[in-house]
This record gives sequence, C-alpha cells and structure tokens, in this order.
Amino acid sequence: MKNIQNLGLGLFLIGLTIFTSLIFLGKYEVTPQVLDEIISNKSIKSEHLINDLKTNVVGKEFSNPFLFSSEITSALEIANETHKQNSEWGKVIWDKPHSFSYEIAKKSGTGIIKEHKGLFWWLTFGLGILGALLYIIPNVITLGPPGIKNNGIWLHAATNRGWIGWFAFVFLVGFYILLYFRPDYIVNWTYIVDPISESLSGNLASQWFLYGFLYCTVMTVMAVRMYIKYRHNKYQILRTTSVLFFQIVFAFLIPEILVRFEKPWYDFKNAFPLDYDFFFSWNLDQLIASGGLGIFILVWGIVLTLVIVPVMVYFFGKRWYCSWVCGCGGLAETLGDPYRQLSDKSLFAWKFERWIVHGVLVFALVMTGFTLYTYFQGAEAVLGIKTQTIQDIYGFLIGAIFAGVIGTGFYPIFGNRVWCRFGCPLAAYLGIVQRFKSRFRITTNGGQCISCGNCSTYCEMGIDVRAYAQKGENIIRSSCVGCGICAAVCPRGVLKLENGPEDGRINPTEILLGNDVDLLDFLKQK
Amino acid sequence: MEHIVIIGNGISGVTAARHIRKLSDKKITIVSAESDYFFSRTALMYVYMGHMKFKHTQPYENWFWKKNRIELKKGFVKKIDSENKLLLFAEDDSLSYDKLIIATGSKPNKFGWPGQDLKGVQGLYSKQDLENLEVYAPNNQVCKHAVIVGGGLIGIELAEMLHSRHIPVTFLVRETSFWDGVLPKEESDMINKEILRNGIDLRLSSNLKEIISDENGQAKSIIIEETGEEIPCNLVGLTAGVSPNIDITKTSTIETGRGIKVNRFLETNIPDIYAIGDCAEQHEAIGNRNPIEAVWYTGRMMGETVAQTICGNKMAYNPGHWFNSAKFFDIEYQTYGWVWAQPKENEARFYWEHKSGKKCIHLNYDKNTKELIGINNFGIRMRHEFFDKMLNEKQTVTYVLEHLADANFDPEFYKLHEKEIVAKFNLENNTNIQLRKKSWKRIFQTS
Repeated sequence: MKNIQNLGLGLFLIGLTIFTSLIFLGKYEVTPQVLDEIISNKSIKSEHLINDLKTNVVGKEFSNPFLFSSEITSALEIANETHKQNSEWGKVIWDKPHSFSYEIAKKSGTGIIKEHKGLFWWLTFGLGILGALLYIIPNVITLGPPGIKNNGIWLHAATNRGWIGWFAFVFLVGFYILLYFRPDYIVNWTYIVDPISESLSGNLASQWFLYGFLYCTVMTVMAVRMYIKYRHNKYQILRTTSVLFFQIVFAFLIPEILVRFEKPWYDFKNAFPLDYDFFFSWNLDQLIASGGLGIFILVWGIVLTLVIVPVMVYFFGKRWYCSWVCGCGGLAETLGDPYRQLSDKSLFAWKFERWIVHGVLVFALVMTGFTLYTYFQGAEAVLGIKTQTIQDIYGFLIGAIFAGVIGTGFYPIFGNRVWCRFGCPLAAYLGIVQRFKSRFRITTNGGQCISCGNCSTYCEMGIDVRAYAQKGENIIRSSCVGCGICAAVCPRGVLKLENGPEDGRINPTEILLGNDVDLLDFLKQK
Repeated sequence: MEHIVIIGNGISGVTAARHIRKLSDKKITIVSAESDYFFSRTALMYVYMGHMKFKHTQPYENWFWKKNRIELKKGFVKKIDSENKLLLFAEDDSLSYDKLIIATGSKPNKFGWPGQDLKGVQGLYSKQDLENLEVYAPNNQVCKHAVIVGGGLIGIELAEMLHSRHIPVTFLVRETSFWDGVLPKEESDMINKEILRNGIDLRLSSNLKEIISDENGQAKSIIIEETGEEIPCNLVGLTAGVSPNIDITKTSTIETGRGIKVNRFLETNIPDIYAIGDCAEQHEAIGNRNPIEAVWYTGRMMGETVAQTICGNKMAYNPGHWFNSAKFFDIEYQTYGWVWAQPKENEARFYWEHKSGKKCIHLNYDKNTKELIGINNFGIRMRHEFFDKMLNEKQTVTYVLEHLADANFDPEFYKLHEKEIVAKFNLENNTNIQLRKKSWKRIFQTS
C-alpha cells in the first residue's frame, strides 16, 4: 500500500512539475493577420500602439511569455500615456495591460503544447489526477477501520505549517497571482483545456475557464479523500456530494452551456454580495439585453439574496449555503480539509474577524449603493468619489487579493476558511441572520464534555467550540458554517448540529447537568 | 481579603477557582508542580497521536488567569502547616492561606512488581508521562514492541496511542474479559473484539510477574505470571488504575484513608482545609457511588460545589444521576444511571446489538416496577438531558423505549435503530410498545 501511495505521489509531482514548466515552453509570434484582427475586434484607434506593435512585435519570435508580455504591455502603456497627455481620450485603451497582452498571446502562441493539447492534458491533469487518486485511495486500508483518524496531523510537515506547508503556500499564492494579474504568462495552461472548453461553450478557454476546470478537478479528487476519511459519517458524505454537485453543475457546466446559447455566463447559486459585480452596470445591461432569461436571472439574483438566503438560514443555519452549496466553501471543504486545524482560535483573532468581515460587507454594500446610484442617475461620481474607482479597488483588494491570493493561497498557513471567515461579505450577512434569527444551533450534550479540545482544534472557522461545550452551553455563533467536524471528532458524543425551536436555543448555564438538582434550581432562582 | 489557595491545577481545582471568582472577590492562588497552565488530562493521548498540540489541550488562553485575578504558582508543596496556615515548598519558599483546597488528583497504581521503576516503565497520567513516552516510544524503530499492563480506560487509550504510531502492542489484562468489573459481558466482549480488530495482541487473564532490565537500567522484556512467557519490549505501560495522590498530607494531621477523608461538604478534619476531585474520599459513599470518584465529571462537580461553600453558601456535595463516557478505539461509549457488570436481584436487562458488532444499547430496569435504572450505549450517542429527565421522573422502560427517538444524539442523517430496538424488546418481552415520533417540543421542554 505504501508503495502504491509513493508511486501516486511521484506521478502527482511529475504532473505538477510538467504543469508548472509549461509556462516556460513554446514560442510566441504575432502575424500581421492577428494584429489586424485585434485592431478591428477591439477597435483600436491608437496609431502609436499599432506602429509600436508593428515594428517591435509583429514577425518576431519570442521564446518566453515574459518578454512577449513586457513588449506588449509597455507598448500599451507608452501609447496610453501619450494619448492621455494629448487628451486624445478616444484613443486610450482601457483594457488591463496583461489582459490585453493575454488576448494577443492566446492567438500567437506556437509550438508543441498548442499542437498536442490532448497529450499535454494527460501529462498534466491526467498524471495529477491519477497520482492523487493512487495516493488517496489506499487510505481505505492504511487509515484502518472507519472512524476519526487524525493521527499524525500535527506531526507532519504538510499539515503543521512545516516546510511542505510553506512550499504549498508559495505555490498557491504564485498560482493566484498569475491567474489574477498575469494571465498572459499562463496562456499555455489554457491551451490544454481548449478542447474541453470548445465542447462546452464553443469558445477557446480563457484563464477563467482553466480555473473553473481546475477547481472542479481538484474538488472532485479531494472529495474522494473526504469520502474515504469520513466514510463512517453520513453527514459528511452528503455534504461533500452536495458541494461537489453545485460546483460542477451550477458553477461550471450551466454557465458554460449558457454561453453556448449566447446567453450571459451566470452561476445561479452565487448570491450577492459574494457575487459582488451582480449590480455592476455592464452586468445589468447584459442581463436586460438577454431577453427573458436575462430578466429571470436579474429577478432570481435579487430574490436569492433578499428572500431565499435568509429564509433558508432561518430554517437550517448558514450551513445550507456555506458548507452545502457554496463554491468557495466547496474548495475549503475538499482541498482545504487537511488544513482545517490551522485556523487561529484566539480571542484576538475573533475580534479581528468581526471587524474585518463586517467591514467588507459594509464596503460591498456602499460600493453597490454607488453603483446603483450611478446606474440610475447617470452620475459618474458620488460625493466626489468615482464609482469606477471604488469598484476597481473592491475588485482588486477583495475580489482578487482577499478571495483568491489570501483566501486560498493561505490555506496551508492559516487554515482553509480564511476568506469565508475574514473576508466573505455574504458569510457576514448570513452570519447576522444565523446569530439573531435562526433555528440552527450546535447542541451541547449536558455535562459530558471533557474539555479535550478536539472540537476547537478542528474548527475551520476558528471558533473555540470547547469554551461553550465545557460550560454546557449550546454553540450559537454567526461564523459557524455547520461543517459538522466538531461533532465528528468529539470523542464523547457531546456535540450535535440541529435545527430546533428558537426557544431555549441560547442556554447560558452556571452549573453543568449532572450535579446536584437543588444546586441547579438554586442557581436558576437567583 | 481572604486568600484561597488551591493545590492542583486540574479540572477540580480550576473549576473551584473559576466559581469562587464568579461568586466573590477573594484572592485566589492555584499551585501546581506539573504544568504552568491548566490542561485537559484526558486529551494527552491526542497530543501523542498527533491530533493536537499540547497547547490545544489548554482550555483557556494564557491571559485568562490574570484577567480573572487567579494567581498561578509553580511549585511543589512539601508540607502543609495547618497550625500556621502555611504551605512549605520544596523550593524553600512558603505561602500562607486562609482556606486551602487540596485537589491533587491521582497517581498510577504500582503493585510492587519487580522492575516497576526501570526506565521505559511508566503510567499515562501526567504531562511528564507524555514527555517520557516521546523518549521511549517515539516510533517503531526506537520502540519495537510495547507491553501494557492493566485493562482499564487508560490501558486501552495507551494501546490506541501506540498503535497510531505503528508500534506493536501486547495488552495484559488481569480479568477474563476487558473491563468486565464495570461492563456487562456483552459490552466487554464487544470491546475485546474491537481491540483485536485493531491488531492489538490482547492477553486476557494475564498478570505481570516481573519486568526485566537491560544493562542500562531500561526495561527489555516482561514475564507473564501465568505462562512464564517472556515478551521483549522497549516500553512497559502500567495502567492498572489510579489511587489518590495524597503524599502531600503525610506530614500533616489531615485524616486520610485511601484518599483524603472528607464529609459531604468536602471538608477535611482540619478546619478551612477542603479536598476535592480524585484525591478526596467520602466518609460514606453517596448512593451507589464509590467513596473515591476518579472521574473528570465528578472532579468538576466537586469544584462547583466547594466554591459555593467557600463563598458562604454552605452546600453539600450531592451529585445527580451517574453518567460517564469513554471511547474505545472507534467505539464511543456513554452511560447514564447504573448498569452493573452483574445484574442485581431486582434488576432486569434488555440488550440490543447492531449486526455490525460495533453498536449496542443495554437497558437496566427494575423487574417489578419497570423503572429505568440505567443505560449503556455504545456506538450510538444519547442525549444526557433525556436520560437525566427519565431518571428524575422515574419513568419506566416502556416509556423510555416509546420515546427513544427523542434520545438519539447521533449526527444528522445517521441511520437510526430505534425501531429495531423496540421490536426486539417487544419480541423478547411480549409487549406492544409503539415508538413515538421524535418531538422537538419534548426534547427542549424545560421541566
């Protein structure tokens, strides 16, 4: 078994190495036709840029994406600067330089990867999936009989912030920086998923398609791990199946198929304000222009946030969304599960969390207020602040840095729910409902707690579960996503997630059940 | 300001301190020689197994003590001078008190086995034991084989711990079946099987004769009394129960038996000195309980109670219905009320076991009145409040079975077995009990 696992690990690492090295392979050459296409598609009027590209880029062969990118982005920046100085606003190109460069690179790449997309899919995704499964599936035997097997988690460098954890951290952060800010470096990665993208939406793959496909793949493989690890626990199995289903069907397949039918890309489960650009004017315009379906989406998006989300939280707690439906939660509960113990449980972290997560919610709401004001009033700025600026700041700080780079990149260091705990505005909204108006609670089983601390250690949201359990109090916390792991790891059967009457949900206790009945009464009367 | 000094920073002492602080403004000092801060002793196993780090076993962050004005003193009390109300420390300093609570806990039993003090021979009780385990059994290269002597809760935990690091274990159990002084035969059998299923070399009806030393004074093998068999090993775990840790009272006039003798108010024979937790021994047993109760929960309850007395609300220790829990490898165990290993004269039993052999419940009730006396449940979680209420209300076994759906505490979506359980009872007793649907109203009703 150990040998199979080592083989799997080896194959996985080979796949990962090939995947990483793809960035450095292949060549880029812009033909005059490609340039013409770009000029007409984007209606480029800047003669500066066109001339610059014609002299410095067209017909030249670039041996890596970095030189290619720097050539194009600097040409773009120089041209824009000149036009801005001359106040030739019509000629300025507002595209992000690296997105602009990505579009040219995607059309201009040549070489072995583009010619053998299928082969390289197998050498990267294929080897990665196969290797990971060979590593994971023998756990059925090596973990021993079904049950909680957290053996060695704090002794292993991958899961105790050891060198493997730091390595994974650097890799993930690097990946997200490339994905969000340097898409033109990872054109080769998009080539290998082109065939899949074409079969779904009919288009070539963008970096977002690559990300979506990778996301689904990683979740599926790591869901297998969850199924094995928690095979004795039906709550975990159903929950894992649910997040996997919503990710693959709702976040990946349906939107791509919508695009095939020339409808707007839309993830029906992605609720505002997590879906922070839902009310952006380009989205509203696109939806309104898309006929019946567009209007339906518009209404659905509003109803989802204002009615469905809070009503469901009332009945089931925010878990129905955060750990049964949400894509961010889905990744956290699959890829992130090995890191759940790394979340900070200190009181300080809790205080910090409350400020920042509610701060992001306020930020999102203010931004949306500006956006809607601008949309309906036509004013570009509110109180002297440009709506566009505030949207850009949000998109950069929250949408990319917080949700992506920190949210997932920091898994191996700060645990798997960094984004959900500190940054997600939807989680903050759901949390307020859960705390004040919900039937959900984690019931503490009388006086059975032995303060061992497994529950707190494995709480991905950093809730000090034990602090409540050892006092005999139910756990009512806005941040709880209801993953159910505290109840699973409890060795004494103390915790149960349940939805019951609101009455008595919060039960402060002075003395735990099991002591003198008179003493309990005495304290109640006080 | 009155100065309350508590010796021992385990669950009993710390609970007493917390409750005294809640109820009063008295000066509180907790003395411990074992660790700087309170930790959960029951969680030590998880540190060795790598489920947690030691700091995770500490229920309160380090700032907690200062914020709540509970002073912590690290030191080993050498002598209690009750005349002058003074503690003398091995470190040669002293501390005066107005009231003293002794909460020194237990120590592992040693029965005078030859070789019991060798290196690599240890119990599993203290933080130091955990540290020693990392020295003598860090992995299966250093520790090629381990022997555990004593078949109780700590013994099986130690077996699970060593097993988690792939160290082969021989488990010597004096009794004919695991923990059969406490568990009825059926449950005991189930756990025997669970031990074997995990690859432990379980030796029932086996006593330790002696531990053999190597040239460095470290254990190298043990010999079994009954067969004379010699088993080579690098670690010997002595887990044959615990006794009150009362060395501290030796030079004092505090009355002791096996433990520190206390009355129902947890007072010793010396005024202003109290004893709580594992180290305390009741003059007369309370109900069916042991005069010495070495359980987490009872330690906590004594702490809750003595705090009331010290803060002017004199209160007798009067525990409610017995409950306890444990985990045997993957099988969780809870008990509410009493289910003896052997039924008493007036008792009838009902036993149901799941076909997997990993779940069962055992009900104990009065033969004549049918009143519930207790339940053992293995592999199924049950609500403490439900059974506490049943026992308070003196409900019959019939009533309990009718409402069994209210009792289940397993995670959502788990397979429920109540129907099967009730059907078996009906069949065996020729009754017609109908299982009622789970009712939130009944469950959360505050009586």
